[in-house]
Amino acid sequence: MAVRSLKSGKYSRSLLVGNNAYTPAYDSIATVTVGSGGSSTGIQFTSIPSTYTHLQIRGLARETVTAGNYTSFYIYFNSDTTNNYSGHYLAGNGASASAYAWTSNSGILGSFLTSVDAIANNFGAFVIDILDYANTNKYKTVRTLNGFDNNGNGATDFNKGAVDLSSGSWLSTNAITSIKLTGPSTLAQYSTFALYGIKGS
Amino acid sequence: MAFTYEPIATINLTAGATNYTFSSIPSTYTDLVMVSYLRAGSTNSSYVLRFNSDSGSNYSNTVLYGDGSSPGSNRYSSQTSAYLTYYGFPTTTSTFGTIITNFQNYSNTTTNKTFIGKSQNSNSGVDAVVGLWRSTSAISSITIYAGDTFASGSVVTLYGIKAA
Repeated sequence: MAVRSLKSGKYSRSLLVGNNAYTPAYDSIATVTVGSGGSSTGIQFTSIPSTYTHLQIRGLARETVTAGNYTSFYIYFNSDTTNNYSGHYLAGNGASASAYAWTSNSGILGSFLTSVDAIANNFGAFVIDILDYANTNKYKTVRTLNGFDNNGNGATDFNKGAVDLSSGSWLSTNAITSIKLTGPSTLAQYSTFALYGIKGS
Repeated sequence: MAFTYEPIATINLTAGATNYTFSSIPSTYTDLVMVSYLRAGSTNSSYVLRFNSDSGSNYSNTVLYGDGSSPGSNRYSSQTSAYLTYYGFPTTTSTFGTIITNFQNYSNTTTNKTFIGKSQNSNSGVDAVVGLWRSTSAISSITIYAGDTFASGSVVTLYGIKAA
């Protein structure tokens, strides 16, 4: 059990003498949950503080308009929608594995997610890591783990389910101060995106 | 400043154990993360779960795997439990596999429950798994099952993550 100092606000691992005080290393920064009617413009995190080392976005998402059982959403940093992104993915669709690479793209693949023809109440899940996001000497690197399963329903293997490992680069040394996540149509109600900050030592 | 990512429970599995249940999981977190570090007590090293003691055919998986030669993918629909890993965990003495599983928005009562995870088994390969539980019930318990038994030294920790 951790103990918090009333004087400094810092946490200690215990009351034992000699234990170092510490502050939590993993903080919640902001959460967006799509409301009734959905969101046709995606969601955006703005004014991201530069005080963390890495960022992580976790959540669930579904779209309402795109025909089929699945679609995908993309990641854009600092409102840059020019061809400054590259990426790779390795995905399994229940029948085979496939890989793809793209350069000079206008965004980074964030996640596959369910769409209008997927079984009811079924959402895709994702964990997105954005590394060293505030560094101004490096291009920014993203990795994701994401997927959905539709219990075998769908016209094609990919419509029945997919699990994906992706990476991407934003070819910019600017610190990331905003992140936009948007798909080809409308994010469904109850889609949730939670942004966390991870501190270094 | 509150803790955002904190341990809920850790189980040190005893040799010969076949299953374990994380029960009375509080609904106060946004996501759960389960970190499993396991070795099998026999040749059957599969690793599956059930939520809330549901043994109906309400689970499905899509998996991606690679064993050092060619990658592949499988699907398992309308199952009575869900796979946490394709390759299972090692059976070799002193060799343990790692499985990290993310349960997103586990306590909401609107969506079916989807989990995603990655694992490595140094005897076999690496894999990624997505699983679906076709229920809108909040997850209040998770039971993990070994294909046969867990070996001594196997440890599983359940963490909770709170969003703002």
